[in-house]
Amino acid sequence: MMGLGNLSGRVLALHLGVVALLFALQFVLPAYHHGIMARILVLAVFAMGYNLLFGYTGLLSLGHAMFFSAGLYGAGLTVYHLDWSVPAAFAAGLASGLVLSTVVGFLALRTTGVAFLIVTMMFGQVAYLFTLYFGDWTRGEEGLTLSQAARQLGPLDLTDPTTRYFAALALFTVVLFVTLALVRAPFGRVLIAIRENEERTRMLGYDTFRNKLGATIGSGVICAASGAAYVLLFGYFGSSFAAVQYSILPLLWVLVGGAATTLGPLLGTVLMFYLIDLSNDLLNSRFPDWDVSYLGIVGVALVLLILFFPKGLLGSIRDRWVRWLP
Amino acid sequence: MSALVETRGLGRSFGGLRAVDSVDFSLPEGEIRAIIGPNGAGKTTFVSLICGRVAPTDGTISFDGRDITGMPADRRVMAGIAYTFQITSIFANLTVEENVTLAAMRRHVGRAGKRYSPAALRQASLSALGRVGLRDHADAVAGNLAYGHQRLLEVAMGLALEPRLLVLDEPTQGLSDTEIESFIALVREIGQQATVLLIEHNMPVVMALAEQITVMDQGRIIAEGTPDAIRANAAVQQAYLGAPADG
Repeated sequence: MMGLGNLSGRVLALHLGVVALLFALQFVLPAYHHGIMARILVLAVFAMGYNLLFGYTGLLSLGHAMFFSAGLYGAGLTVYHLDWSVPAAFAAGLASGLVLSTVVGFLALRTTGVAFLIVTMMFGQVAYLFTLYFGDWTRGEEGLTLSQAARQLGPLDLTDPTTRYFAALALFTVVLFVTLALVRAPFGRVLIAIRENEERTRMLGYDTFRNKLGATIGSGVICAASGAAYVLLFGYFGSSFAAVQYSILPLLWVLVGGAATTLGPLLGTVLMFYLIDLSNDLLNSRFPDWDVSYLGIVGVALVLLILFFPKGLLGSIRDRWVRWLP
Repeated sequence: MSALVETRGLGRSFGGLRAVDSVDFSLPEGEIRAIIGPNGAGKTTFVSLICGRVAPTDGTISFDGRDITGMPADRRVMAGIAYTFQITSIFANLTVEENVTLAAMRRHVGRAGKRYSPAALRQASLSALGRVGLRDHADAVAGNLAYGHQRLLEVAMGLALEPRLLVLDEPTQGLSDTEIESFIALVREIGQQATVLLIEHNMPVVMALAEQITVMDQGRIIAEGTPDAIRANAAVQQAYLGAPADG
């Protein structure tokens, strides 16, 4: 099932092909979908970060909104209140994610299983309440918007749709290849081993706590990168991004696309985003007076998925047909 | 011969139960030693104390002259103590080769001043698989192997760690007679490079392999000696068969 550490040609070709396809899409997509895809690429980074901890290491967290928000607020607040430049703000977002995931990892990893899920959810709620409590700076639920003037990266205007798409794609590409390299390196293989059998891994001489802490920090920083990019590219940040929905969403995206697959997070994010978008339109046009929620359609889709693709789309495809899929 | 493993007054209590009770034990380097005893004698707990899976309540353990009583299990593995589980514990969803590679990686990757070479790593994994005769199964998913092969895979993982002390906890449990025969040959071969500590219920295996036998009962060592001496020992017979009726 798991390939060896060396990167085979077809794996590299597949990933480069996906990036090339996303690059080409930029020129053919209509404006509306163009905007959505840029957003999806940034959120897929969030899902990839979540996948590192959940898919590869087997640790189910329900508090990842706090790492996304650490990046979001770390970058957003420094731009809004301190007039920091885009690169400095992005670095501040990453640093917030690094510090938060180190502290939370150190404490939460003393637990396992359901307790870990609860503890991460509690930390996530604390982070959410912080964004409300410090409403003088964050404006809570209402949130803040960053001006166009503040969102300039050298000569690049990050509010321009094309620039924004390419910036999102650049971040996505970097994180995609970083995760690909990470999970095929010895470190990633140890994470998979911990997921499969932690006691055995420990008795092979691995300090499992340190490896899990490393995975938590890696995951936290990647999610923070997504949050920081989100605020810098789309210019808005508010408490709703720190709420528990944003901890559940990456779990959903990863489950749909396929946990522990490198491309699953992207696929899952695209599908879920469009599913919600299209079902909303469909329901509104067909049943204008019924006032039904799109959540019904999402629910049906998830039930079907679990029936026919229990390991997510790419996970099941890997099991049945394409064994070499990373 | 100097002792590779030495315990002094080693004990472990679980609540009111003294699973291991002030055990003084010494294992010379290069020996194949069997630990036998009735069920519940504390054999697995005793070797778990040596491997660091269980922390002692009292006493000390030293390995190669160094006190390792407080050392975490993963560092003891790095120091040269490998453990194979009584209940088969492998990475069932990974391939046979990946299972062994995870063990070999510990010696090949991240050692100070040593560059990690994927080719050398693969070589080490395949050679460990070759020694237990599983090389042809390298690409199989470990969980799909027959039970006897899974036991051998555990031993291969132990070998890939290149240990100085290999602890085998009931390795022949569930193996067929022919598998047991090749297993005996394998342990003899391993015993030429490493010290082997073997918990075993199968007496023919014990008699064929062990140079010395340690007998445990109710957490204590009740006898120690060569296979012949142990066979003739009255205390051992009593522990296994109960006191004679006219006692």
